[in-house]
Amino acid sequence: MSVPVSWYLMLSAALFAIGAAGALTRRNGISIFLLIELMLNAGNLALIAYARQWGTHTGQIIVFFVMAVAAAEAAIGLALFIAVYRHRRTIDVNRINLMRW
Amino acid sequence: MEIAIFAIFALLALGSSLVVVMHRNPVYSTMSLVVTLFSVAVLFVILGSPFIGALQVLIYTGAILVLFLFVIMLLNVTKEENTASTQKGQLGVAVLGAVIFGGLVLALFWSSHVPLDQMAPLSEELVSMKGLARVLFTEYLLPFEIVGLLLLVAVIGATVAARRPVLPDATSGLMPSDLVRTSPEEEPLP
Repeated sequence: MSVPVSWYLMLSAALFAIGAAGALTRRNGISIFLLIELMLNAGNLALIAYARQWGTHTGQIIVFFVMAVAAAEAAIGLALFIAVYRHRRTIDVNRINLMRW
Repeated sequence: MEIAIFAIFALLALGSSLVVVMHRNPVYSTMSLVVTLFSVAVLFVILGSPFIGALQVLIYTGAILVLFLFVIMLLNVTKEENTASTQKGQLGVAVLGAVIFGGLVLALFWSSHVPLDQMAPLSEELVSMKGLARVLFTEYLLPFEIVGLLLLVAVIGATVAARRPVLPDATSGLMPSDLVRTSPEEEPLP
C-alpha cells in the first residue's frame, strides 16, 4: 500500500507555509535566508511528488536545476550579508533600510 | 511499511521546521534545518528519486548549510531579538502560517483537474540514474550548460561581494587612498 501523492502535497504545503510565515516575521537576515531554503525545499518536494504521479523525469530535472540555483543564491546572498555586516555592523533587516523609499 | 516511513519522516520534517522558525539562535535553527532537509531527502527516496535524495543530502546539508554555519560564526550573530517573542506576536505568526497553508491547499486541490491518487506505476526507467541522465543530457542539455555558467558567475560574484572593501596593495604596501594623491613628495612638510 503506497502513500497517496496528495499527502506529499499536503506536507509540502505545510512546510512552505511554515517557511513563509517565519520568513515574513523573523528579523535576522540569516534566519530569513534559512527559511527561504526551507520554502525552496517544500517546492522541490511537490515537484518530486508530481514526477512520481506522472512517472516522468521532468520533475526530477527541475529539482536538479532548482538545487543548482539555490546553491548559487546561497553563495551570493551570504556574501552580500558579509559585505553589509562590514559596513553596518548588523544584519537585522529592520535596520538595513538604506534602499527603502 | 511505506506509510510508516512516510509518517515518521513527515512528522520529523514538520517538527524540525517548526524549531527552525521558533528558535532564537540561528545556529540551532541551522542544525534543525539539517534534520528537516534530511527527512525530505528520505521522502525523495521513497518517492522513487534516489539520485535527487542523495543530491539533497550532499548539496544542501553538505555544502549550503555548512556555508550558513560558517557565516553565522563569522558574523557572530547568535543572539537575536525575535519579533514574535510576545504571546500576541506568536499568535500572529501562527495565524499567518495557517492562512498561507489554507490558501495553498485550496489552490492544490480545488484547481487541479487531474485525479491525484492514481499514480503511474514505478518503473525502472524512472528510478534509475541512467534514465535521468539520458533526459538531462539530451533534452535538457542547454539548461544544464547554462546552470554551469550560472554557478561560475555566482562564484565570481560571491568573491567580489565578500571582498574586503579597502585592500592594501600587496606589492608596494600602498593603500588605495595613497594612490589618490599625486605623490608623497609633494606633501607640504611641517
